[in-house]
Amino acid sequence: MSVLGVEGEERDDFTRRESKQIRDRSLRLLNSLLRPLWARVTLTIVVVVVSTAAQVAGPALIAYGLDTGLPALIKQDWMPLAFAVFAYLFTGIVGAALIAWYTVLTARISQAILIDLRKRVFLHTQKLSLEFHESYTSGRIIARQTSDLDSIRELLDSGINQLVQGGLYMAFIAVALFSIDFWSGVVLFGSLVPLGFLLRWFQVRSQKAFRATRTTSARLIVHFVETMTGIRAVKAFRKEKRNETEFGGLVEDYRLANMRTIKLFGVLDPGLVLIGNVALGVVLLVGGLRVAGGGLAVGVLLAALLYTRSFFAPAQEMAMFYNSYQSAAAALEKISGVLEERPSVPDPTRPIDLWQAKGSVTFEGVEFAYTPDRVILPSFDLEFPAGQTIALVGSTGAGKSTLAKLISRFYDPSDGVVSLDGVDLRRLHPKDLRRAIVMVTQEAYLFSGSVGDNIALGKPEATIEEIVAAAKAVGAHEFIEGLPDGYDTDVNKRGGRVSAGQRQLISFARAFLADPVVLILDEATASLDIPSERLVQEGLLTLLADRTAIIIAHRLSTVAIADRVLVMEHGRIVEDGTPRDLIAGTGRFSKLHAAWRESLV
Amino acid sequence: MSADPKRQGTFASILRIYPWAKPAMPRIYLGMVSALIAAIVALLIPQVLRALVDGPLQRGDASQIWWPVAAVLGLGVLEAVMIWFRRWFVLQPGTRVESDMRNSLYKQLQDLPVSFHDRWASGQLLSRAVSDLNLIRRWISFGIVLLVVNVITILIGFVFLLSINWILGIIFVVCSIPLWIYGYLFEQKYSVVARRSQDQAGDLATAVEESVHGIRVLKAFGRGQHALKNFASQAEDLRGTEIEKAKAIAGIWLWLLLVPDVTFGLSLLGGVWLAAGGQLTAGQLVAFFATATVLRFPVESIGFLLSMTFDTRTAADRFFEVMDAPNAIIDPEDPTTIAKPEGRLVFEDVHFRYQDSPAQYDDLLDGIDLELEPGETMAIVGLTGSGKSTLTALTTRLYDVTGGSIKLDGVDVRDLTRVELRRHIAMAFEDATLFSASVRDNVLLGRPDASDADLAEALEIAQADFVYQLPDGLDTRVGEEGMSLSGGQRQRLALARAVAANPEVLVLDDPLSALDVDTEAMVEAALRRVLASTTAMIVAHRPSTVMLADRVALLEGGRITAVGRHSDLLASSDHYRFVISSLEDEEKREHREALLEQEEQGADA
Repeated sequence: MSVLGVEGEERDDFTRRESKQIRDRSLRLLNSLLRPLWARVTLTIVVVVVSTAAQVAGPALIAYGLDTGLPALIKQDWMPLAFAVFAYLFTGIVGAALIAWYTVLTARISQAILIDLRKRVFLHTQKLSLEFHESYTSGRIIARQTSDLDSIRELLDSGINQLVQGGLYMAFIAVALFSIDFWSGVVLFGSLVPLGFLLRWFQVRSQKAFRATRTTSARLIVHFVETMTGIRAVKAFRKEKRNETEFGGLVEDYRLANMRTIKLFGVLDPGLVLIGNVALGVVLLVGGLRVAGGGLAVGVLLAALLYTRSFFAPAQEMAMFYNSYQSAAAALEKISGVLEERPSVPDPTRPIDLWQAKGSVTFEGVEFAYTPDRVILPSFDLEFPAGQTIALVGSTGAGKSTLAKLISRFYDPSDGVVSLDGVDLRRLHPKDLRRAIVMVTQEAYLFSGSVGDNIALGKPEATIEEIVAAAKAVGAHEFIEGLPDGYDTDVNKRGGRVSAGQRQLISFARAFLADPVVLILDEATASLDIPSERLVQEGLLTLLADRTAIIIAHRLSTVAIADRVLVMEHGRIVEDGTPRDLIAGTGRFSKLHAAWRESLV
Repeated sequence: MSADPKRQGTFASILRIYPWAKPAMPRIYLGMVSALIAAIVALLIPQVLRALVDGPLQRGDASQIWWPVAAVLGLGVLEAVMIWFRRWFVLQPGTRVESDMRNSLYKQLQDLPVSFHDRWASGQLLSRAVSDLNLIRRWISFGIVLLVVNVITILIGFVFLLSINWILGIIFVVCSIPLWIYGYLFEQKYSVVARRSQDQAGDLATAVEESVHGIRVLKAFGRGQHALKNFASQAEDLRGTEIEKAKAIAGIWLWLLLVPDVTFGLSLLGGVWLAAGGQLTAGQLVAFFATATVLRFPVESIGFLLSMTFDTRTAADRFFEVMDAPNAIIDPEDPTTIAKPEGRLVFEDVHFRYQDSPAQYDDLLDGIDLELEPGETMAIVGLTGSGKSTLTALTTRLYDVTGGSIKLDGVDVRDLTRVELRRHIAMAFEDATLFSASVRDNVLLGRPDASDADLAEALEIAQADFVYQLPDGLDTRVGEEGMSLSGGQRQRLALARAVAANPEVLVLDDPLSALDVDTEAMVEAALRRVLASTTAMIVAHRPSTVMLADRVALLEGGRITAVGRHSDLLASSDHYRFVISSLEDEEKREHREALLEQEEQGADA
């Protein structure tokens, strides 16, 4: 099995090599995210180093005040004490101010990383082919962009804080402790051994546990999104109770996974306190014996105790860092997996421009198969001259939509070449490809925003006049005018509800506005009522006059406007000719046509 | 707590989650007690130090050191044990509260009417169900426990400090006052930003969702960059808010660090001065600083815990926005049942308008009167946007009528439980939703206990025998997480689903629109068998679909303007001819011409 891309995402039993492979991939991603920010990162590191040093100076200054300032004061010499106090206040103020600055600095870095990552994932998922989207669900992509990014944000916001500040704090304290009292330093050093074991234990155990929380939460999200988007069917078929059980099960899985991770903390946290407190006792013993023997000043003992106590205080936060680190690492693994997916329909590396396409489409030795044993379209040659209107006819599953998707380059052929004006689609610049070829499908998706915005998707720089003209051309103008705010009506709000047929009209207007030389209509009129369809067809007559059009329709009425009909069966083109010739013949189309004619009555 | 009287206080807001938290409370209290004991134990250690410094160390008596050291060690171990107890106590209840709340939210969302879902993007709902509830869980098992305990610890610490030396103690207490003031001000500033950030995150989730669901459109028009631009600008907004939030947090951090440091500096001055005057022993000074150090982390944590609390309050508010959403479509208090369902469906003066439809608009359905006899098949014909789909949605109370009534076998549909109503009436929607489950589960959605024979029959009627060719046959997973099917295939499965439910009334919203002519003809032939004995309401765009019906109702301007047989309506109603037959007239003409031409050609030959 492979762990390339999103494969194996649901597993949690990786081998050592696979784990490393995944980890390396996330590190590469992290590295590429941090590189552009190095200046800011450096500044932040300087700020945090200085501020932590300032904070750590505190107990040493107290020791100085106690051991030097106190005897001096008894001799009426205020200077040492004044120095200690002022130094303390100064370091305190500088430390606090720098920490505050540091907080803003890290937020800027973390937000910069997040926005970079968000955009990358967004753009990459847009680039990935339909094939990927058909198997990788929308819910999972949403989970990547929401809960996974959330955990990375948490790491960057507070986790890094905890690590850097806590780690530095501990390091500085160790240095300070060694410098004021060597033996206390040794004790502290000795306590690092059990600390190391504890952290290692935690690391090993938690990695698995955190992966499990990510997997279970993703399953939860998928189910949730599916229920909310399919709520009508849920209600109509009384699936609520069954859903509750199913969802309850997923919630429980997630809860248990969560609990396993929290349980690990239930051991780590008191473990840290225990190690810290034992170290404190030993420092007290080692120091106390020497104070009693007169070998150590009380102030130094106090400073050593304060340092020891403070040394372990951030350890708990360091554990919290592990918490966020683990879940962020798991999240990053999944995100890097998505980013590792190579689009099966990649953009050309050296694109060919085609400024003025004419619109002739050629298939040469084209074959399409999902897998070698699932051939959808066996090898064929075909040519659509520029300006021709072609109707594709055949029963469901005959391969009409696949053919259309090859022209619009939603898929690439497994073999052979599809070309526009002689240019292989795979080498054509994407902007020229999309400008030249547009496909309108049956599922007319509307984005939130106004009706006008939705039409303008066909040509973002369009003026309102152009938008209205496009709507008029397909007969959508009338109903849009009737909406509460006309073209500005939000499709999700205030009376902006549009029916399935109206959605199709909007998506027609969108295609009309885009003004491509090759237009593919895949069942694009299925939900229209007859008067609307007639309007659309009248529009089509003018719309299609000077462009290549491929029309897939079950309603043979559409075929009337075609110059040429292709009948498909099991992936093969079985008839090819003008509608008139085919109707007159005895082939499949003439039978279909007769049947359809009967259905009209 | 706040300047705005309408806004609830933070704790009042959070307190609303109490019903879910209630079973967990005993363990949370126990957790707090454990945490408190741990804190007190930590505060006792400096007291031992004081005795040690002023006693054996002062006297230089090394043999007396062992007992105090043992006491420090013992207290240290006890603190660790108590922390273990705290963790152990709050572990389970926190996760339980979270999962209970999540289940309640889900249940409520499934119960809320379709009109609610029309308004709410699922991204917004999702962020409530996942991140907001996560936050609440962490607050319950961590935030509130530590907040309460740390505040108490600080108060107890004050008492210890005062008892060591009242002057130093007062310096400490007075110096911490600005912290409390700032903490209060912080709430005002922070909660607004926190709310905005959570809402913007929800919007961003919605944008992601749309970009994925609309991927075909974006690809077809090559608008990936365009969508990215919109998404990026929303992400920028969120970034701005997050930076603002960080600045607010930086502000409180500044104070939380500054104040203790200044206090330590002043205490050092005062302490040494007092010690020099002989008013304070070395042991007291040591104990003072050791205690103050123990208190530092509780004091510093207050800032973090407060911001967490305000985040939680926002999360709770967002949770309750859904939980409080009014649900007008509920089961009646005293539901009736239909003992012998026959399937007589009657619309009496039915009015309907979407509740957000502007006042100047007429009702979408403006007095519908229609009767479907048991076993009768009625086609609903009308222009796009005339309200046909809405009318079908009213029958199973996906929406409720705003006037008049719909009666099934003489019983108002609102007097039945929704479960019973939807058992009697099954629907097939035009946009067929399949769930991530096997073909079998998807088809038997409305009647999970149906036999294999029923399943096979439903599939046969819908001409969905293609399922047997799928890789795992009836067990093939379809839907979002499974095999992708074509529009026509999905539609046939949706039809099979409605048929398999074996209802008294079938409501089909343009159920054959995505089928090719051959398949459509076969489906129609098979469907006739079912329709012979079942009441049916079919939204139709095509004459072929209309042919399935015994009678046709014409929907025009929110009313049924004509009811009758297809041929009669063709003869009597202009509007009907306009809606259903204009295209065919032309085609027939063309057809006739084509035939004539053929004949001519034949004659020529």
